[in-house]
Amino acid sequence: MKVRLSDDALAIACGADAIARALTAGGAEVERVSSWGMHWLEPLAEIDGVGYGPLAVPDVAKLLAGELDDKCIGVIGSHPFLARQTRLTFARAGKTRSLSLEDYTATAGWEGLSLARAMSPLEVVEIVAGSGLRGRGGAGFPAGIKWRTVLEAPGDQKYIVCNADEGDSGTFADRMAMEGDPFQLLEGMAIAGHAAGASKGYVYVRSEYPHAIAKLEQAVRLCRDILAPFSVEVRAGAGSYVCGEETALLNSLEGKRGEVRAKPPLPAHAGLFGKPTIINNVLTLAAVPWILRHGADAYRDFGMGRSRGTMPIQLAGNIRHGGLFETSFGVTLGDLVNEIGGGTETGRPVRAVQVGGPLGAYFPPALFDTPFDYEAFAAAGGLIGHGGVVVFDDTVDLAEQARFALEFCAIESCGKCTPCRIGSVRGRETMEKIIAGEQTEANLELIEDLCETMTFGSLCAMGGFTPYPVLSAIRHFPEDFRRAKAHNTPNLEAPDDVPAR
Amino acid sequence: MQDQDNVTRILDAFRSTDAPLLPVLQAVQAEFGFVSEAAMREIANALNLSRAEVYGVVSFYHDFRMEPPAQPVVKLCHGEACQARGLRQLLTQMTRIEQEQLEPVYCLGLCAVGPAAMSPNGGVHARLDAGSLRQLLEDPR
Repeated sequence: MKVRLSDDALAIACGADAIARALTAGGAEVERVSSWGMHWLEPLAEIDGVGYGPLAVPDVAKLLAGELDDKCIGVIGSHPFLARQTRLTFARAGKTRSLSLEDYTATAGWEGLSLARAMSPLEVVEIVAGSGLRGRGGAGFPAGIKWRTVLEAPGDQKYIVCNADEGDSGTFADRMAMEGDPFQLLEGMAIAGHAAGASKGYVYVRSEYPHAIAKLEQAVRLCRDILAPFSVEVRAGAGSYVCGEETALLNSLEGKRGEVRAKPPLPAHAGLFGKPTIINNVLTLAAVPWILRHGADAYRDFGMGRSRGTMPIQLAGNIRHGGLFETSFGVTLGDLVNEIGGGTETGRPVRAVQVGGPLGAYFPPALFDTPFDYEAFAAAGGLIGHGGVVVFDDTVDLAEQARFALEFCAIESCGKCTPCRIGSVRGRETMEKIIAGEQTEANLELIEDLCETMTFGSLCAMGGFTPYPVLSAIRHFPEDFRRAKAHNTPNLEAPDDVPAR
Repeated sequence: MQDQDNVTRILDAFRSTDAPLLPVLQAVQAEFGFVSEAAMREIANALNLSRAEVYGVVSFYHDFRMEPPAQPVVKLCHGEACQARGLRQLLTQMTRIEQEQLEPVYCLGLCAVGPAAMSPNGGVHARLDAGSLRQLLEDPR
C-alpha cells in the first residue's frame, strides 16, 4: 500500500516523521510529498487520493487495516477548503515530491523558463508588467516596473535577490513555497535573471527555517544545469526581523549589520554590492513561471481593482481551519475568518484579527466586510502585508497586544533612525503606564503623538508601521486601555531585554 | 591552539565566497556553539576587516552568542499567532527554571498549530502544552 505524507516542517512539527516510521514498520510504502496546506489536519495521510488526518501514531494500525473511518476526510482534492481556492502559485501543493525533477517537469516545470529564454529580456519584462503582479512581500510595488528599471540600468553585473526572510508572525507561505516547490522559485529567479541581464541570484532565507534552507540547497544542486548560465546561492539569515526590509537584507547579504539604507538610491539602481538588483519576495518570483506559461492576461483576469492575480493568504492563530488559502484578491476578511476559517478553534467569539504581521492593524469584526485588496485595506487603516491573518478570541487584551507591538519594535529595531530606536522604547514605557492606569488620557495622547513621529520620521516600515497595530488597537478597542485594574493578562517579558523602570 | 586552527579551516572553506562574514560566523557558531573573542580576531584578520566591524555584526544578530550557552536552550515562539493560541497561559505554567531554558523567537512559520518551539538541532514541535514542552526541555530533540 502506498501512503503519501507531507515532509513539510509543519507536518513534521505535528509528528509526521513518527507516523512515517510507523507506516513503514507496518509494511506500507511511504511517499513524502509537499503539504496541501490544511494545517489543522496535519499529519495528513493520503491513500489513493483519500485523506486521513490529523493522525497520531496509534491511528496507523487502523489506517493500514482500512478501519480509520473517523479521521477520513474523503477525497482530498475535493475538500471544501481546497475547492474554494484558486491555486496558481501553489498548484503543486500536496501533489508532488518537492525535490523530484521528474514530478516538476511532468507538471509543466521549466516551461516558463524555456518560453522566457526564447524571448528578448524586454518582452519578458512586458509580460510581467502586463500581468499586474505586485510585490507579495508587503509593499505591493509593481514587479514589472522594478524589473524594467533594472533592465534599463547600466552595468554588466546585476543581481536577482529573493527575499525569503519571512519574519511576520502568522505567515508561512514563503516557507511552504520553498519547502514544497523549490524548483518553481528557482525557475522564477532564472526568468528574472534573463529579463534583467543578471547571471547570479541569492536566496536569503531566515535561519528559523532550517528545513526550507536544506530543501533549497538540494534543489539548487539538482537543477544547476537547467538554470545555467544563471546560478543561485542560498544564504541563511541570523535571527534579525528587520533584515526582511530589502535594504537591510542587502546589507546582511554583504556581511554587514542588517541596518536599513536610506533611499534613494533604489536597489534597482544600486543594490547588492552597489549593483542594479531585482529584489523580490518568494511569492512574487514563484508566481512568474505561471505567468510566462499562461500569459499576462490570464493572470490579470484574477483579482480586483489594482490588485491583480491571486494572493496566498495564510490563516493562522486561533482559527479552526488554519492553513494556506490561495485566492483571487477581493475575498472579504469576514469570509476568510468565519466561512473559510470556521471561526476560532477555542469556539469563543472572534474579537480581533491582525492582518499583515506584527506591523499590521488589528481589525474588529465590524470591519469584516473589507475586501482583501491592497487599496481597500489601506483605506480601512491597515495593510495586507504578506497576507497573514491572525485570529484572536474574546480573551485577548488589546492593550497588551499594543504594548507587545512596541516592545517587538524595540527588540528588532536596527537602531539606525531615532524615531524607531527611541520611539519604540518610550512607546512601550508609556503603554505600560496606560496599562497600570497612570494618567491614561494624557498618556494615550502622548502615544498618538509619538506614533505620528514614528510614521513620518522612520526610515523604513519597522518604525513607520509599528503605529498600525498600536493605533488600530486604541481606535477599535478603546475599552481595553481604560480598565487599569482589570488587566490580568500575563506579560511577555523578553529575558535579554534592557531592564527598564 | 586547536580553536584557532579550526577557525582557519572554516575560513579556508569560504575562500571563494563573496562577502563571507555571515556564513563564516554561522559555521563557527555551529561548530563551537558560540563565537569567541579569539575567533572574532582571527576572522577580522583573515577577511581584512576591523575587529569593531566583526564585533558589530556578531552583536547585531540575535542568533550569535559570544559565550557558550549554559544549557541547551529551546526556542519558543512568541509571535502573535502563538500568543493567540495560548502562549501566555503556557508560560505561566512553566517554573522559573524552565522559563530560563526558553529563548523567545519571533515566528517559526507554524502559525496555525502553535504554540511552537525549535530545539537546538533544528527539530520543530507544535501544538505544545505544558506537558509536551516540559518533555522537550528534558530531551531537546
